[in-house]
Amino acid sequence: MIAADRDWNAFAEPKADGTVHLDLAVEGITCAACMGTIERGLCTLPSVAARVNLTTHRLALDWRPEAVEAGAIVHRLERLGYRAHPFDPGRRSAEEAAESRELLRCLGAAGFGAMNIMLLSVSVWAGNATDIDAPTRDLFHWISALIAIPIVAYSGRPFFRSAFRALRALRTNMDVPISIGIVLTLALSIVETLGSAEHAFFDSVVMLLFFLLVGRFLDHDMRRRTRSVAENMTALRVQSAMKIAPDGDVRELPLSKIDPGDLVLIRPGERVSVDGVVEEGTSGVDQSLVTGETTLVEVGIGDAVHAGTLNVGGLLRVRVTAASAGTFLDEVNRLLENAAQAKSRYMRLADRASRAYAPIVHASALLTALGWIATGHDVARSLVIAVSVLIITCPCALALAIPAVQVVASGILFKSGVLLHSGDAIERLAAVDTIVFDKTGTLTLPEPRLLDEGGADPARLAAAGRLARASRHPLGVALATATRAGAPPETAREIPGRGVEAEIDGRIERLGAPDWCGVGPERIAAALARHPGASLVAHDDGRSEPVLFAFAQGLRSDAAAVVAGLSARGYAVEILSGDRQSAVAEVAAALGVATFAAGLTPAGKIARLEELKRQGRTVMMVGDGLNDAPALAAAHVSLSPVTAVHLSQAAADAVFLGDRLAPVVSALTVARRARRAMVENLWLSVVYNLVAVPVAVAGLVTPLIAALAMSGSSVLVTLNALRLRLSAPRREPAAGGETWTS
Amino acid sequence: MDVLIFLIPIAIGLGLIGLFAFMWTLKSGQYEDLEGARWRILSDDDVTPAKPEEPKS
Repeated sequence: MIAADRDWNAFAEPKADGTVHLDLAVEGITCAACMGTIERGLCTLPSVAARVNLTTHRLALDWRPEAVEAGAIVHRLERLGYRAHPFDPGRRSAEEAAESRELLRCLGAAGFGAMNIMLLSVSVWAGNATDIDAPTRDLFHWISALIAIPIVAYSGRPFFRSAFRALRALRTNMDVPISIGIVLTLALSIVETLGSAEHAFFDSVVMLLFFLLVGRFLDHDMRRRTRSVAENMTALRVQSAMKIAPDGDVRELPLSKIDPGDLVLIRPGERVSVDGVVEEGTSGVDQSLVTGETTLVEVGIGDAVHAGTLNVGGLLRVRVTAASAGTFLDEVNRLLENAAQAKSRYMRLADRASRAYAPIVHASALLTALGWIATGHDVARSLVIAVSVLIITCPCALALAIPAVQVVASGILFKSGVLLHSGDAIERLAAVDTIVFDKTGTLTLPEPRLLDEGGADPARLAAAGRLARASRHPLGVALATATRAGAPPETAREIPGRGVEAEIDGRIERLGAPDWCGVGPERIAAALARHPGASLVAHDDGRSEPVLFAFAQGLRSDAAAVVAGLSARGYAVEILSGDRQSAVAEVAAALGVATFAAGLTPAGKIARLEELKRQGRTVMMVGDGLNDAPALAAAHVSLSPVTAVHLSQAAADAVFLGDRLAPVVSALTVARRARRAMVENLWLSVVYNLVAVPVAVAGLVTPLIAALAMSGSSVLVTLNALRLRLSAPRREPAAGGETWTS
Repeated sequence: MDVLIFLIPIAIGLGLIGLFAFMWTLKSGQYEDLEGARWRILSDDDVTPAKPEEPKS
């Protein structure tokens, strides 16, 4: 029904050879059998080529537009039992994919180089111990050089680029000492080969590159995987709008094809996907995702509506506006910008380590050279020894120390339903001592829940539930879910702004607004007094007294346990909400949280965070609303549920899946252990250097020792990172949305 | 030691073949869906049915 009036052709991209391409996020792919069903099912359509990606749960479609309509393909997919969602592969993910392929190419080349040079080097080492003659050794060194030079030039690019960028911005990062080490070692080896020396370090350079690229690729790949899951989740929600063309034609279009000034239609029960001003119609709008407030706001002609709000009442025609000065969104954006600027001052553990590391290493290499010259050795020999100090300390272990832990930890978090946006979020999570929760949509579930059945017997409930099935209104959906109702009556039709009506055995049965179903104002008032802040729906079966159902947003099932657990482990917990005082107080009491504030504006939330920061606390913010976005960016670290509005998800450091709060706890636990492993790894590198540097300064390093030391230390830090897995928490039993994590 | 003249180019040549094979698999997108690939090998009709209407350019 929805698919029929969605203009799928607008989502498809034409290609040069006359075919069109469409990427879809597909719901319900669980196993390999689904892959076969979908591909075989769709390939029977003329000219359609379908390919399911089981890793990302996406479907790539190519077809000739003259042979078949996009809508027909999606319709066939639905008949096969899979819901498709248009998926806009953003520029960002295309870039990431290209970057990942580049890393793999570099890795492949470095692997080839490392193997072949090692083959030659081992012969030289063996020969040096026995009876290799100088010309053969030179030949081997020259061949190694011929392989190493192009390989370093090719595979080293990711490091050189990043080092160059950092230097140009007058900063230094880990890639600066890496690049210096690589280039100097290569240059030294060439000089040594020219002088037909006994030792050259071509194997060390290429092996170093190989190890570093492995670490970098794993890190990159982990982030790409989590991002692709997050993108799928986004695709499940509104990314399109119903545009009303000047001739009155209504087509569903992707958001990227909606411009300010367009007129869009927003049906009852739909989430508003644009910011705009109402031109026609009146309705109640649920702004809980935007302001945190759970009471409905009445909007009429001339009122502004925000993306992310839910249209609960009637049909609205909205003129799209760009975010303009003075609006709520503008305020949020301004605060967000300020907060993000303040945050970029955080310095990552790796960068702090490299800032300490580079001067020490470079100074000791310099001192080594000077020392050897001062003690009367010739300059060339002294320089060789100084460079060997650089080689042996070349931050292989140091460069792997933190990424290795990040990869392992984000893999564990991924399995427990936490998707990290930034690698350094783990370090920041580990430092948290205070946790600030938003109420609406974070401690509570974003969807309403049936609170009070109004004394209806099971048969009545089932009848109401069946009617509710016909509705797309959020309360209708909640009722249908709560009653596990069967198929709706055939005659059911939805009346915008009122509810659902059906004719059954000559009676008119109604489900919807209480006054429409004939419930008097006294009963409504009484029900509201029992459940303050609840939304009411009435069911009138046409022969007996109507029943009133009360709905409210319920707490997440494990919210109380999670909050109690966090407090027990010494975290201070607070609630900051934009909702009414009474509603917040009720939740705080239920969870046993003593500190809470209600009715806060976005700026108010930030002010409270600043206050906590001044008290010396390290704050984690957990929130989902548009009003939380600035606070999410301002906090030391932040999490948001996957149901959060786009802006908040982008501002948060990590997103968690499912209907439970438990991922928040696992994020904190895993982060603490990961941070410990990172520090251990840094110490391992320090100890390694304490042993290796004196050997190098004494001029005793041979290529064999360099190769052994380098791979030994890298393997050591990687193994230490992998230790995290041994004590990883078992995977939580499946919660909602977890089908995406495969 | 004359045999080195043959052996070293052969060794490097073999390595290069491996490298180019890897580059080719990468370019043709064989690492895009590792999860799916492990199941596709089990299905009998892993060759997508030929589409008569579509003359491939």
